[in-house]
Amino acid sequence: MRSLGMLTLRHDIETPVRPVDTGLRKDIEKVMPPPVKISQQTEWMLAVRDNRDRAAFAKLFDHFGPRLKGFIMRSGTSAAQAEDIVQEVMLAIWHKAGQFDPHRAQVSAWIYQITKNRQIDLIRKEQRPLPEEMTQDPEVEPDTSQIVAVEQEGLKLKEALTCLKPNQRAIIEKAYLGELTHQEISTQTGLPLGTIKSRIRLGLARLRHELKGIR
Amino acid sequence: MTAISHHTPDALLAAYAAGSLPQPYALVVAAHISLCLDCRAAFESHQSAGGVILDMSDAQPVTQDLKSSIMDQLDTPVVPQPTYPRSGIFPGPVMAALKGKPPRWKSLGLGVRQSIISAGKSGSARLLYIPPGQAVPDHSHNGMELTLVLQGSFSDATGHFGVGDLEVAYEDLEHTPTADEGEPCICLAATDAPLRFVSLIPRLLQPLFRI
Repeated sequence: MRSLGMLTLRHDIETPVRPVDTGLRKDIEKVMPPPVKISQQTEWMLAVRDNRDRAAFAKLFDHFGPRLKGFIMRSGTSAAQAEDIVQEVMLAIWHKAGQFDPHRAQVSAWIYQITKNRQIDLIRKEQRPLPEEMTQDPEVEPDTSQIVAVEQEGLKLKEALTCLKPNQRAIIEKAYLGELTHQEISTQTGLPLGTIKSRIRLGLARLRHELKGIR
Repeated sequence: MTAISHHTPDALLAAYAAGSLPQPYALVVAAHISLCLDCRAAFESHQSAGGVILDMSDAQPVTQDLKSSIMDQLDTPVVPQPTYPRSGIFPGPVMAALKGKPPRWKSLGLGVRQSIISAGKSGSARLLYIPPGQAVPDHSHNGMELTLVLQGSFSDATGHFGVGDLEVAYEDLEHTPTADEGEPCICLAATDAPLRFVSLIPRLLQPLFRI
């Protein structure tokens, strides 16, 4: 059984406290938490990973392809070269799908990493050193509540970013586009990073727990 | 193994996730993440933030045949990239940088040895071997120096560093890292500029050893 982070909802779904049926409160089910649901993107990604599902892959392309192109072009890459990188990234998604672990990363986070690797390979002509992979135990049953918790962290992060003042948000975006040095990140963006840091820290507590379960 | 107490600063992790760290620093950070669960979790959180930025990017229409071109290539076999697992004290990214071969040590005198992993315009990365009780020649540096302990431990004016600990030394720090008693200390060190030695003789040797 997979270990659980503190932010998961599992106890709500797995061991629902069954109310004593008094015969009076037939509406009691309505106050139970809504069922957790995995996002479409994660479902597509899992279908690609587990079933080599081409239709799901096509849907992933429809969602991420144009966003990826926009994201890559923001760093000043030409439209033509951006499409080359989109192609490389999409093919890497197909071939490396086995490494996708929805218990640790939302789909966009995983694709972000692949994109950064391809950008460095193609533009800087060097291979980025990568940390050792942490392999997931194939025997472990997927834990929906954990997957949903990861996605909800992503959504909250998105909300936090949307609430930033435009100039602060611009700096955060520059940082993750790879346009700031670490000195600039540590000095210039101290304030905005602090704003999203609480979110990152929440994610941290969960991830740390999750990673310990893997090792 | 004692717990890791000196971690990768958050700004470095964010820059690494964003791909904006020079290669030698990226190697040290990748090696530290391989050893440190806390920093791996922090790194993956930065990836999540990057993913959110990616997902919020304005969609740019793609040319008509991009999708079909990609779909057509799904069955094209790919040559898998070689992977380099951890070997002894050396984490996977270090083994990858060494292309799976053991380090080739060169003597720097007084029992200190180094093995240069990379040296170029983006800086240098090397392994250092320091016998117990021995000091690394007194040095300061032009830029930031990252030092990750892989075996043994060392101490300098800023503290004590054991296996898995990462020291971040900025330009103004003129320090004398000294290996503690016990096992020889083996570190992975990276700078974005050649090291400057304070005493005369090592400075003369500097071009020779690329240290």
